[in-house]
Amino acid sequence: MTAILETTPDLREGVDRETIETVQAMAGKYKYGWETEIETEYAPKGLSEDIVRLISQKNGEPEWLLNWRLAAYQRWLKMEEPRWAMLNYPEIDYQDQYYYAKPKSMAQKPKSLDEVDPKLLATYAKLGIPLKEQMLLAGVEGEAEPRKVAVDAVFDSVSVGTTFKAELAKAGVIFCSISEAVREHPELVKQYLGSVVPPTDNFFATLNSAVFSDGSFVYVPPGVRCPMELSTYFRINAENTGQFERTLIVCDEGAYVSYLEGCTAPKRDTHQLHAAVVEIVILKDAEVKYSTVQNWYPGDENGKGGIFNFVTKRADCRGDRAKVMWTQVETGSAITWKYPSCILRGDDAQGEFYSIAIANNAQQADTGTKMVHLGKRTKSRIVSKGISAGRAQNTYRGLVSMHPKAKDSRNYTQCDSLLIGDKCGAHTVPYIEVRNNSSRVEHEATTSKVDDDQLFYCRSRGMDEEEAVALVVNGFCKEVLQALPMEFAMEAQSLVAISLEGSVG
Amino acid sequence: MALPKAKEDALQARLAGLPALSGKGWLAAARGEALARLDAMGLPVRRDEYWRYTDPASLNAPEAPVAHRFDASDEAPPFDGMDRLKVVFVDGVFDPKASDDLTLAGVTIERLAEAGSKDIHWAQGTYGILEARGQTPVARPFAALNTAHATDGVLIHVTARAAKPVSLIYVHQSETSDAILHHCVKLDPGAELTLLENGPAAARFSKVLEVEVADGARFHHIRLQGRDHERRAVTHVFARLGTRSEMRSFTLTANGRLTRNEAVVELTGTEGRAHLAGAAVGDGEFHHDDTVFITHAAEACESRQVFKKVLMNGATGVFQGKILVKPGAQKTDGYQISQSLLLDEDSQFLAKPELEIYADDVKCSHGSTSGAIDETALFYLQSRGLPRRTAQALLVLAFLAEAIQEIADEDIAEDIRARLERWLARHGTKG
Repeated sequence: MTAILETTPDLREGVDRETIETVQAMAGKYKYGWETEIETEYAPKGLSEDIVRLISQKNGEPEWLLNWRLAAYQRWLKMEEPRWAMLNYPEIDYQDQYYYAKPKSMAQKPKSLDEVDPKLLATYAKLGIPLKEQMLLAGVEGEAEPRKVAVDAVFDSVSVGTTFKAELAKAGVIFCSISEAVREHPELVKQYLGSVVPPTDNFFATLNSAVFSDGSFVYVPPGVRCPMELSTYFRINAENTGQFERTLIVCDEGAYVSYLEGCTAPKRDTHQLHAAVVEIVILKDAEVKYSTVQNWYPGDENGKGGIFNFVTKRADCRGDRAKVMWTQVETGSAITWKYPSCILRGDDAQGEFYSIAIANNAQQADTGTKMVHLGKRTKSRIVSKGISAGRAQNTYRGLVSMHPKAKDSRNYTQCDSLLIGDKCGAHTVPYIEVRNNSSRVEHEATTSKVDDDQLFYCRSRGMDEEEAVALVVNGFCKEVLQALPMEFAMEAQSLVAISLEGSVG
Repeated sequence: MALPKAKEDALQARLAGLPALSGKGWLAAARGEALARLDAMGLPVRRDEYWRYTDPASLNAPEAPVAHRFDASDEAPPFDGMDRLKVVFVDGVFDPKASDDLTLAGVTIERLAEAGSKDIHWAQGTYGILEARGQTPVARPFAALNTAHATDGVLIHVTARAAKPVSLIYVHQSETSDAILHHCVKLDPGAELTLLENGPAAARFSKVLEVEVADGARFHHIRLQGRDHERRAVTHVFARLGTRSEMRSFTLTANGRLTRNEAVVELTGTEGRAHLAGAAVGDGEFHHDDTVFITHAAEACESRQVFKKVLMNGATGVFQGKILVKPGAQKTDGYQISQSLLLDEDSQFLAKPELEIYADDVKCSHGSTSGAIDETALFYLQSRGLPRRTAQALLVLAFLAEAIQEIADEDIAEDIRARLERWLARHGTKG
């Protein structure tokens, strides 16, 4: 039997009403809200079998993949959009979107980064994502041994370039856009695509299977420790365009890779749809770290505009001792619907999920994880920190399932919610299914508000109100921030502060 | 939205087995409204969010599945020797001979059937009213079905401190009895009542208890569901609490094929207090489901949910608990713990402990754990000379203690502890 792990945070009385005043406009504070003026080629608006065929043709895909897409599309037509999440958003008109948009300059696939449209390169430079090799991400300058990060940059529907490909190839690592992988490594794609998230999985994953335009592909061969961090940077630029990217990561026996994902979009008055799928296959003794900083445009303070983010992410720990770690910092999007999952199939497999979800103004987030324990002695750990401010709603939704055969397994879950202001909501919806007795499952959750004594202390040290809140919130998120790779940790910390700007009176 | 066919069909099949509604008076009107609610929601199916862990089939079935009588005379009946007013129901029908005279200082007790035909009655403001309030946001079709088709029950109006506890005793005789009981309790400001319930009731038992606790009133509720019985039961408690009022409810369940206990409590006045606790022990074919929904709609209220389950030989325990803190319900103190002790490989625990919070100055927490008995503790006790079985029983009782502690009356708590000890001595894991 396990001890009661429930804890109640130190909550102190005496609320200073002023400190938790309603949220001010955050509009104008989204750093990445600008747009790149670039000629864009669109597929006709709306979704039909022809559009699916067109996307497939644009990517120069083989017959099997086209059929795979078409089967998904047929299936999708019969599916109903899920509405069980605690999200309130208007009906999405799937015909009022572009499903394919690419910069005209990408009509001829550039052979190397040097040939890429300077406008695109400038876009990524402005975002702080250097597409030139040897350059470094912010925060690590001055290190004796410069850390390299390979980047696959996805702009609307296409990948504009991937850095360090040659160097990675030397180690045997394949890192390229998924459209390229379909052409260059069809056997790998065919073997693994849809094997973790089948095309029939759920409404949004099925939609993605039909219309995904690009994304990243990673293969790390047996025993290889990927020599650098890999990253994909997603940018939505075109108006009324949905982004449907698909990421497939295969980490072979004993291999290791750390993967980072970042996303931004311009400020627009209309909502934009983003429905991605990430599949990760982890074989025996392999390990994958997947970190996300999601900073899609969240809409203005009244909920106008912003990205609708419906993402299916799943890692399948197929081999014994396979390990996966999801870390996510969710600060953007008007709507977030995302549950990165771990299938712990191999014996002694491990899954970890660290999450910070911040919802401010009119944002709504329904996010969490699924830990499915199938193998013996599998372990999982969930640390979720939800922060709500303004009129935002933030929900943690998670599943921990111990199958009868998952003997001697272990789960520990901690969900903490922090409320800033009295107009927002914080919710916890965990599902706990324990079907054997040798496994131990512990879940605890707390909800509290920003501690006034801590704020007061920071203020007495000369910090202004916003700095103080940022510091306290960063402290609240500490366990998750520590799980991030260094490059991201820096970005995430400042992002936490920016996302909460204006949330105190 | 049109009702899914499966829910509609289940409802029509169930209603076909029940008499058509008739009669006049306030009760007939309340029944009609309940039927309209039920028509809109249908009966539950496995796909429903709040039925994913419990199969409603045997509750939906037009006929009650057979349940044999169980002779529990090897121990004294619960609350034996207590000074109490006994109200006895046999297979869901009031038995005036076995019951005490229904007069009690500070309390008026009437049978539903008799009071229902009157033109005006206080229960009009309670019967079906709290049930209807409890239908959102989560539909509870069996409660609406109960309101529409309850065949008996008592209406208890408490105007002062009740002279002694009211004890509802449910006797089971017929192997196919299908009982639907509906009780209402209304406590006036400052009034106080202890309500005791025990017995298996019927082969299939549906019960709704609606409780209105006015400002400053106190309601104590202790229930022992028939031991080692094969019954199927779906019970609901709907309670609305006023300012500085208090409700304490404890339920002991020792076996039973299927038991779904729902509690829906609404704290509507400041500084109200609701404590709900349950201890369930199950051996073999046992499915026990606690579904609790507590709404904090006023400032500075306190709620506690303490639910413990001990499961063996393939028993299943379910806990679905929710704390909803409405906007403005500042200074809420909400606590919820659900724990299961799985004594063997075959048993399972399925839990969904939820928080939904719309106020920031609150203290809410929940914890849920599940696991086997602590081998180290067991070893320690054995090393002290305790037989393994005794050591295990001791640890199980210690595990259940937090729930039993919620009972204010020490004598009752002690009696329940002793009953659990005897039960554990009779039941054990294989091998």
